[in-house]
Amino acid sequence: MAFGRPLLRTSYEEDAAILPTAFQKAGVGFLILSLCLMALDAPIFGAIPRYFLGNTWLVPVGITLCFAIGALGINILVGVTGQVSLGHAFFMGTGAYTAVMLGGNLGDQESWKACVPFHDNLGLLERQGECGLGLPIWIWLPAAGLVAALIGIIVSPAAVKVRGLYLAIVTVGLVFIGLHLGRMLPEWAGDFESGRRWPKLDIRLWKEETPLIEMSEDGKWFGLINLTEEQKQFFFLLAIVIVMTLLAKNLVRSRTGRALQAIRDRDVAAEVMGVPEFKYKRLGFAISSFYAGIAGALFASFTGRVSPIDFGLLLSVDFIAILLIGGAGTIAGTLLGTVFVELLPNVVERLTEWLADQISTGGVTGTIADFLLTTGAAGDFGPISIAPTAPGWPMSVFFWNLVIYGVLIVVFLIFEPLGLFGIWIKFRNYWKGWPFSY
Amino acid sequence: MENKPLLEVEDITLRFGGVTAINGVSFEVRESELFAIIGPNGAGKTSCFNAISQVYRPQEGDIRWKGKSIMGESPDAVARHGIARTFQNIALFPQMTVIENILTGRHIRMKKNWVQGMLWTKAARQEEMENRERVEDIVDFLEIVEWRKAPVALLPYGIQKRVELGRALAMDPELLLLDEPVAGMNLEETEDMARFILDIREELGISMVMVEHDMGLVMDIADRILVVDFGVPIGMGVPDVVQANPDVIAAYLGEELESVDTSAIDAEVV
Repeated sequence: MAFGRPLLRTSYEEDAAILPTAFQKAGVGFLILSLCLMALDAPIFGAIPRYFLGNTWLVPVGITLCFAIGALGINILVGVTGQVSLGHAFFMGTGAYTAVMLGGNLGDQESWKACVPFHDNLGLLERQGECGLGLPIWIWLPAAGLVAALIGIIVSPAAVKVRGLYLAIVTVGLVFIGLHLGRMLPEWAGDFESGRRWPKLDIRLWKEETPLIEMSEDGKWFGLINLTEEQKQFFFLLAIVIVMTLLAKNLVRSRTGRALQAIRDRDVAAEVMGVPEFKYKRLGFAISSFYAGIAGALFASFTGRVSPIDFGLLLSVDFIAILLIGGAGTIAGTLLGTVFVELLPNVVERLTEWLADQISTGGVTGTIADFLLTTGAAGDFGPISIAPTAPGWPMSVFFWNLVIYGVLIVVFLIFEPLGLFGIWIKFRNYWKGWPFSY
Repeated sequence: MENKPLLEVEDITLRFGGVTAINGVSFEVRESELFAIIGPNGAGKTSCFNAISQVYRPQEGDIRWKGKSIMGESPDAVARHGIARTFQNIALFPQMTVIENILTGRHIRMKKNWVQGMLWTKAARQEEMENRERVEDIVDFLEIVEWRKAPVALLPYGIQKRVELGRALAMDPELLLLDEPVAGMNLEETEDMARFILDIREELGISMVMVEHDMGLVMDIADRILVVDFGVPIGMGVPDVVQANPDVIAAYLGEELESVDTSAIDAEVV
């Protein structure tokens, strides 16, 4: 590559590269490096996320990383293949429960007996608590993806025959089936309300006591560096996200990715070009479900305790919102959207806390804070309630977050259908052409 | 010119409920022939194309490719036989770039599956690059180099038509179905397209079936012409014969044959 002339490409391979320019390579490299430095709590770097997200920032960020994988999956189905699905939560749940059934209850020799449901009706076994085989992560994590993908393939014949809104409604059905199964099978799902505990992300060779790579406790890693539990899990999740992103990016730039996009853009034309429509829609479903399964398993394990309700319709809607806000069909947009949607509520909360602190200091910020916040006491006005009040006016931060979320979706749909990615492209093109308009 | 028939359409009838879109149409396309189907609006020309590519399934008759029936096959299976087509209302993939659109045309000529694609293996990469080279040849041939990286939705109409032709050519077809390749084009764009069509036939030796309303173009470049009206074939033959056919003139210009001066058609031809 000719330095200083980033658009001069001398081979097709360079042209097809994921990050074609040196600037992009450096940018992404710097991003990953600074994420690592933040996690390691390096000077300056470590202060940035703490400022915006508080001291426990690794928790929301870890969840965001799990969701990023799910979002990459929904992007393959909705953004790339053009099949609007609201069933993503179901596939995440499938992955999570596959994981807990294979990996849960380490050390409990009897817990496999609970894996046969309906014991009461069939008289097969006594109730045995929660199902779990205690297998290591290198089995349950891929299995979570594969089982979700398999179920995706099983339901796809029903899904590939309908389009658009009809498909969206068909897939909503899946979510409710999932919720119902969760209620029916407490041996698998745990208690419907409070859920069950998930296997930790520790990497074991087999069922041994001390894991090979330990991730559920603070301590030295590889005898080299002292890390907390969250830091270890952060690095693990970050690595998986990077791998999954690469796979998704490769898919999109390959023959299969083009076939999927062709079906999205014009399915009849795609067929006449020799792309078997059903086969590729099914493949889109399977790959997307695989991502969802992995994401669900990691999310549940990272959080530690999950119940079937967590994989409800709202989660599916979250993913659609991520795509709309980030920019459907683009991988960078998908990741941006995830970060935005998942972390914004935390930032708003943090901002409110900061404002509350300002009241006592007085000055301009103090006045503004006093104007915005209210404790709900008589004579104290303001739109944001910091007292634990019932829903209503003034609203608590939690409800404000919901409002902001809704307004954002409306605003993006109207003004920037390409989402955050579209804004970035406009910004980039402006500076590329500067000082000229075009 | 060889006389072996590549595509044989035998007495096909296609009905949509009570409407008979095609009623007993038969024709054959020989190797490296440029065959044209003409007729007034709604005559069933495009339906003929859709029947050949099996987007519609004719109720009666038979369609044979190199002597073997392709009736009942899926559209993508028909495409894999080497039958490519363009559409009357451009059916490009609007969110993809010109290069990506034409590369999608290479789909049936590429073999690497999704696993190899996701892992971006050496074999997949190699295949990608080889086909990219092939696409660049087509881009050169159709003189659309400057638009290579543009999303096709942003391109002018005439260029989109050319990209669509390129996408069909990328399939390395043996038969090319062109549905109104110059519809809505100005004179210059029409001339360009005519040149491309002739080049395709002469340089690449691809047989073509063309549906077109531009009589001048059809009469100039087609080897044989089939005229359909209301789904019924009313004449077939070389351009001169078709032009002289009284049924054809009636279909195009109305019934009162005696008072019509056929020079109106002739003038258009020139």
